[in-house]
Amino acid sequence: MNANLKQALTDYLVAMADDELILGHRNSEWCGHAPILEEDIAFANIALDEIGHAIVWYELAADLSGEDRDTYANRVVYFRDAPDYRNTQMVELPKGDWAFTMLRQYLFDQFEMVRLEKLTQSSYASLAEAAAKIRTEEIYHLRHTRAWVRRLGLGTDESHRRMQAALNDLWPYALALFEASTRETLLIQASYIPDISILKTAWQVQVTTYLQEAALTMPTNSSHAIPPRTHHTEHLGGLLSDLQQVARLDPMAKW
Amino acid sequence: MYGATVDPIEDIRTDEEKLAEFEARIARGEKIEPGDWMPDEYRRQLIRMISQHAHSEVVGMLPEGAFITRAPNLRRKLILLAKVQDEAGHGQYLYHAAETLGATREEMLEALLSGKAKYSSIFNYPTLSWADMGAIGWLVDGAAILNQTMLAKCSYGPYARAMVRICAEENFHRRQGQDIVITLALGTPEQKGMMQDSINRWWWPTLMMFGPHDTDSPNSAVLIRWGIKTKTNDELRQTFVDQTVPELLALGLTIPDPELRYDEASGHWHFGEINWDEFWNVVKGNGPCNAERMAARRQAHEDGLWVREAMAAYAEKHQS
Repeated sequence: MNANLKQALTDYLVAMADDELILGHRNSEWCGHAPILEEDIAFANIALDEIGHAIVWYELAADLSGEDRDTYANRVVYFRDAPDYRNTQMVELPKGDWAFTMLRQYLFDQFEMVRLEKLTQSSYASLAEAAAKIRTEEIYHLRHTRAWVRRLGLGTDESHRRMQAALNDLWPYALALFEASTRETLLIQASYIPDISILKTAWQVQVTTYLQEAALTMPTNSSHAIPPRTHHTEHLGGLLSDLQQVARLDPMAKW
Repeated sequence: MYGATVDPIEDIRTDEEKLAEFEARIARGEKIEPGDWMPDEYRRQLIRMISQHAHSEVVGMLPEGAFITRAPNLRRKLILLAKVQDEAGHGQYLYHAAETLGATREEMLEALLSGKAKYSSIFNYPTLSWADMGAIGWLVDGAAILNQTMLAKCSYGPYARAMVRICAEENFHRRQGQDIVITLALGTPEQKGMMQDSINRWWWPTLMMFGPHDTDSPNSAVLIRWGIKTKTNDELRQTFVDQTVPELLALGLTIPDPELRYDEASGHWHFGEINWDEFWNVVKGNGPCNAERMAARRQAHEDGLWVREAMAAYAEKHQS
């Protein structure tokens, strides 16, 4: 693999990892505060899985760049500043209410599902293997979040109102999941990754159909500018100052 | 079921006979099961204990939960999140165990949120540093395990079985706490200082977890007679001190008790008197975080109300 391609693939893996890490982190904020005890358990599982998946992607990035697997993930997670994170903005938004959290997770799970299906066919073998393994867990996430979307969309007037509000807020951020960086062209040409613009169509059909079945109206005027992954909201800095504060007390110490 | 069509035979024994039979079963080491006859007081004490225990698991998620987002590396983060998740699971088993005695989850939650039901006072102390995750895991969970290991042999079947499962997981919790304490105690001077400060704050509240002296424990006698407890508060407390003191000292940590010394004659560690005014004050709701913990529980309950209503409405519309 030439240096350009290697760098592009490392960046792609780190961006995937950052999405999973930040979303898992936001989800973990519910543990102890969920609407029912059963969700303190179930949703913590989803958070654990997402953080676990982030570690898988960081480790693949470490392998590619010849770094030590054990230290790489902790270094990039705990000692990178907000501008260097490559997660999409949707995952860094505050957890909001249960409708916002569940809808965000659903939109992301459905996105991951279409992407993972294609990544299992990646010509980069370790990426294809990891995608196949992760996909088996994502099936359960999607089942869980789909059930919540239905329940809340069709539950009471209030739950429907909250879901609609969450959808209106989240939609432009969700579309940003499909913004590809120019360097991804290299990876697509090498058959390492699928063309994300093709995934977008499949995803949009799936979520639109399902959300409409849950009595939700798809937002139409999406004039919101779609930010690249190098741009963040003001929320990421706050999230990272929490996440990194103990590790940074003494960067040389073992914890 | 065999005999389902036959009218049940009326139990014509007197309460005294039933009680004698019940106590004889406990003496033979048999487990009492949900449908069995039991004295009202046995049922009442068990509901009190099991629901308190369940509430402790649920409220106990809060002090450690506050550090999930701040864990200093990814491995610690996954372990802590899984641990707090386990506590929710323990709360769930325990609420189910109490339900076998006729209590409902709603009644129990209502008793917690109204302040009528108690939970372990230890969770009314604040978590101020990462080192507290070590102290809670090792000391607090270690103390809880002694109590729970005893309860795993208790006379009420569903409670005993829940405890067997919970103890297995609590041993992992204790080990992860011990691992944090060792890492920090043997780490940089700042880390060791952080660990010592944490031990200084958690030592006495942990000893208080075992409850009042046997002489001041109103429920102890009946609980021991009916095989719910098999050891007294003071016995368990002494076991904890004997087990934990040498291990902490071996790490170069100190224990904030000037009276602490090893007593050759008895083979036990002698320790100073607990500040019982503080103990009762926290039990009565005036500890450093009682108000905060209850506010967090009430907030989660109120914020979740619309979600539970939506679940119920959806279930009703789609039950066919």
